[in-house]
Amino acid sequence: MVLNLRLQLACSLVAAMALGGCASDEGGLQSQKLALIKGRGELICGVQGTLPGFSSVDSDGSYKGLDVDICRATAAAVLGDPNKVEFRDLNPSERFAALASGEVDLLSRNTTYTLSRDAAGGNGLSFAPVVFYDGQGLMVPKASGITSVKGLSGKPICVETGTTSELNLADRMRELKAPYTPLKFQTSDQTYAAYLQGRCVAVTTDRSQLAAKRTGFPNPEAHVLLPDVISKEPLAPATVNGDPLWSDAVRWTVYGLMQAEELGITQTNVDAKVAKAKANPNLADLRRFLGVEGDFGKQVGLSPDFVVRALKAVGNYGEIFERNVGSGSVLKLERGLNRSWKDGGLIYSPPFR
Amino acid sequence: MKGTPWWRNRRLLPLLIQAAVGLTILVVIAFLLGNLVRNLSAAGLLLSWRWLNLPAGFDVSETLLPFNAELPYWRALLAGLVNTLRVVVVGLVGATVLGTLVGTAAFSSNALLKRLARAYVELIRNVPLLLQLLFWYFVVFLSLPDGPAALRLPGLVLAKSGLYLGPSALVDGVWQGPARITLEFGALLTGLVIHSAAFIAEVVRGGVAAIPGGQWEAARSLGLTHRQTLARIVLPQALRVIVPGLNSQYISLAKNSSLAVACGYSDLYAVAETTLNQTGRAVEVVLILLGTYLTLDLAISALMNRLNRLVQIQER
Repeated sequence: MVLNLRLQLACSLVAAMALGGCASDEGGLQSQKLALIKGRGELICGVQGTLPGFSSVDSDGSYKGLDVDICRATAAAVLGDPNKVEFRDLNPSERFAALASGEVDLLSRNTTYTLSRDAAGGNGLSFAPVVFYDGQGLMVPKASGITSVKGLSGKPICVETGTTSELNLADRMRELKAPYTPLKFQTSDQTYAAYLQGRCVAVTTDRSQLAAKRTGFPNPEAHVLLPDVISKEPLAPATVNGDPLWSDAVRWTVYGLMQAEELGITQTNVDAKVAKAKANPNLADLRRFLGVEGDFGKQVGLSPDFVVRALKAVGNYGEIFERNVGSGSVLKLERGLNRSWKDGGLIYSPPFR
Repeated sequence: MKGTPWWRNRRLLPLLIQAAVGLTILVVIAFLLGNLVRNLSAAGLLLSWRWLNLPAGFDVSETLLPFNAELPYWRALLAGLVNTLRVVVVGLVGATVLGTLVGTAAFSSNALLKRLARAYVELIRNVPLLLQLLFWYFVVFLSLPDGPAALRLPGLVLAKSGLYLGPSALVDGVWQGPARITLEFGALLTGLVIHSAAFIAEVVRGGVAAIPGGQWEAARSLGLTHRQTLARIVLPQALRVIVPGLNSQYISLAKNSSLAVACGYSDLYAVAETTLNQTGRAVEVVLILLGTYLTLDLAISALMNRLNRLVQIQER
């Protein structure tokens, strides 16, 4: 089954390329993707699907999480309705083919922003701003007594195939000249099942993901994250390269969420802010940001009030973070690097100017 | 010929029609290929094989062929292929032996054995292979105890750290033996052998059933035992019916080995998947996969066709 799906994706990529008409480049404000999404009335968003805090299915059957909220914000900005999203669960190996073949419009699936994935000569994706700064860590059972990566020399380590984790692990172990056995699995469920069954001494991936998965363990206290952070993992949504307007729309919707936090605009006070901006012609910055004046929305192929729509749907970046992975969630992750730059973090939006 | 117009010429007309159809198909293929190349190059995905020489940067576990992350992608794929061949070759032998035993058990005079063989075939044939592999790996092999609690069978120790063949001993809480099989390989091999053997058993049963009852009776009247009859009289004749059927089962086994990724074994498919992800060369990697499995299956087919020619009645 898994094999079939994979082949199907790759084949549909070939088929789409063989049958697809020659895309004419008319220039100007043309976006096939935006037109397609509007025509369809629905955004198709690729997510992980089983990762609490980022994207998982709730008990009431709806998708929840930080990655999910990015999809919803985009749907609200483009279509005016955060619920007009169809989610597709993708595993690491499927995700890029699914995006390239047009199976999904937007990939919001804790994907690390790297050169080879961004480059036109590599995977050829177009990345939106980083929505979560992460680092790769390792988790071991507390009972193992292992306290650092060095202690894992000669041991089997579980890792998901097709991820940057797999490569970083190989690099670090090579640096340490430590032999190890990588046990690779296709899905995160298999990876953690093998770890919990004791087949490997450690499991490695992004630290946020380890923390998230641990909440689902039968006995979360019995597992510890090693202090070593072996890589930097900036996680960002991605669109396919070659439709600049669509990429801009996603990019500036995400920046809008970050800028709103900086300006203190939240899901609850956004209407009041809009009223204030409308009443006060002197607040030029706010008026432009909220689409009361100017044509920023149009420049990225969206309606003038796209930021307002996104904020009404999911709130600003800080709200999204706290609700899904921060203090308002079971994960209770610190904001750390993911604070606004004003508070010493890395979340920084270029000006809406 | 003179006087017959060409459109009523019975010899010329079929040729013309075939030529027209052939030409149309060629034009369509050329159009599709041209479009494929045009669109691939527009998307910056035009076929390129240079990446095969770049360092892979990932590790592959349990390789027969030595491999490390500094070696190029083609070496990684080759290491994966060798792993695939290993499980396919051992699997073919195992499935054939088990399948023949189960298939012939259907003709046993022992009612219990007969029913057991039947139940085995029905149970295994009707459960998806992927499910069986997950069962063997996650439910059976990963539940094995470790250290001193490991299961000890004569000449075989089953532990969570691996399956040890030959005289093995516990040294500092770690099993050591002359040969160690990883759980991943063990689970995949067990799953493939047990699955394929069920189908092979049916082929063998069909082959044996095709031998006229007179052969059994004649053998018995000559004083041969049941086993002798089966081994010397019936099976050699049944091979003529069995071999063509075996061919497709062998091919299935080779293809099914690509499900290895379900139980963490680094076969060609698993390595190709990692490669696809790291390089983004989806079309090239899938082409390599298609080509390799096609070649492997054609090779098995060619061997089996040879064998088939050997077992057929040589008429003079």
